[in-house]
Amino acid sequence: MHVSENRLSVTHTRLLDQFRGGKPLALARAISLVENQREGFQDFLHTVLATGSRTRRIGFTGPPGAGKSSLVAELARAYRQADEHVGIVAVDPTSPYSGGALLGDRIRMNELATDPGIFIRSMATRGSLGGLAATTKEVIDLMDAFGFERVLVETVGVGQTELEITAAADTVVVVLVPESGDAIQAMKAGLMEIADVFVINKADRPGADRLLREIRQAIHLRTGHALSDVPAHHGVDLSRMMKKEATEDAPAPHEGGWQIPVLKTTAQTGEGVPELLAAIVDHRTWLEESGELVRRRRLRARGRVSDVVDRELHRLAWASPEVQDRMARGLDDIQEGRGTPYSVADTILRALLKDRGPLR
Amino acid sequence: MTESDQKIRVLVAKPGLDGHDRGAKVIASAFRDAGFEVIYTGLHQTPEMIVSAAVQEDVDVVAMSVLSGAHMTLFPRVKKLLDEAGADDVLLTGGGIIPEDDVATLEAQGIGRLFGPGTATTDAIAYIREWYASRELV
Ligand SMILES: Nc1nc2c(ncn2[C@@H]2O[C@H](COP(=O)(O)OP(=O)(O)OP(=O)(O)O)[C@@H](O)[C@H]2O)c(=O)[nH]1
Ligand SMILES: [Mg+2]
Repeated sequence: MHVSENRLSVTHTRLLDQFRGGKPLALARAISLVENQREGFQDFLHTVLATGSRTRRIGFTGPPGAGKSSLVAELARAYRQADEHVGIVAVDPTSPYSGGALLGDRIRMNELATDPGIFIRSMATRGSLGGLAATTKEVIDLMDAFGFERVLVETVGVGQTELEITAAADTVVVVLVPESGDAIQAMKAGLMEIADVFVINKADRPGADRLLREIRQAIHLRTGHALSDVPAHHGVDLSRMMKKEATEDAPAPHEGGWQIPVLKTTAQTGEGVPELLAAIVDHRTWLEESGELVRRRRLRARGRVSDVVDRELHRLAWASPEVQDRMARGLDDIQEGRGTPYSVADTILRALLKDRGPLR
Repeated sequence: MTESDQKIRVLVAKPGLDGHDRGAKVIASAFRDAGFEVIYTGLHQTPEMIVSAAVQEDVDVVAMSVLSGAHMTLFPRVKKLLDEAGADDVLLTGGGIIPEDDVATLEAQGIGRLFGPGTATTDAIAYIREWYASRELV
């Protein structure tokens, strides 16, 4: 693999011009290029990402119907009033039966639909687990390169452990509702580990205060300060979800830890939204002042590099005729009792590591 | 992934002021079950909202359900806005209670097939698949 701007095709060079000229259609088509991992998509990404990142990325996760899209719409509107350009990526599940998907998050964002300062893209998971589609992070990068000051990301919300969002966002907002059960369920779902901010939405419904208290207690329990007034020490353990464990590169989580706020909102009326905005600002300040932002960005970059390496290795391995050949012969061996999956895999790996020609 | 493995993306749009979207929802789920990625935006969409969503979502197809009788203004308007946005390669199709003469007039303006009430969703699915396959040969 040799990525370079010089490798862009004529079509992609034209797309790049329009992308740099701020044309929404060019962003939309660049996203499709990346989402479908079409020929040349890495060269395109390499070219547009060369300018560095400036977008503030905020993730929203939580159970189905909690009000993620409604809150995203509320926040987008507020950021627009502050004259920011806002990108939104909303992920919904692909049906495992048909491979199709019904992407319905825009329904809650209709009033933003024709604002030229807002760009909304729906993505189907296409079989990915972890709450995002395989290329969602790259799509966010495209929005970043396009010039959005703010990108809001909504995960699929089907109750998987949606850890991917911590690698995609600077700030993760976990949205719960009184109906989503008690704090124990949030703990079981792994939500305590990924939240930078907790929101109890649908505060107009009974049970919101009870859940709020439970979540606050659970946060204290988790941080080991249940019985004292010592500020909670919050270390979002990003490294755990990265493929390669971060070691020497990662500074220890900063001492003055982040206290996870637990807020109430009613997305439909906008109640509590100013407080949520303020909590996101506070978290940003903490990220910057504690050095956590640098740490997270570095971990994110590490995850991205290893994702690309994994993807390319995978592609190279299975595209190689030599590997196909050894696979075919290996399957014969297994069938005839002369080989095992391990011995065949071994010959395949040897072939791959030996023939390191030009990687494409 | 080859081009033909790609998902067909369809915006199912419900313009106008008529108050229910049962039909559009039925179509949206049928399309999903056919393996399409369907973007559904709910009721009361203006042509501007429809085109803005079609552009941002980079859909291959816009399928509009028009029962209000306003098809002669809505279809040409959406087509015009799509063209102006550079999305002239998007198929605009749809359904509603549309007299045959109107269908012919609209098709002459570059609008795709229009399906009458009671058409099986499988017909629309087959039509979109065929259109998509032939488009790739161009
Ligand atoms: N009563 C009440 N209803 C709300 C509130 N916020 C959202 N809703 C409603 O809850 C439903 C789901 O809201 P969404 O914003 O689509 O929730 P979501 O979490 O994005 O849902 P999925 O993406 O399907 O997981 C909608 O009918 C909203 O109108 C709220 O604060 N109070
Ligand atoms: Mg949603």
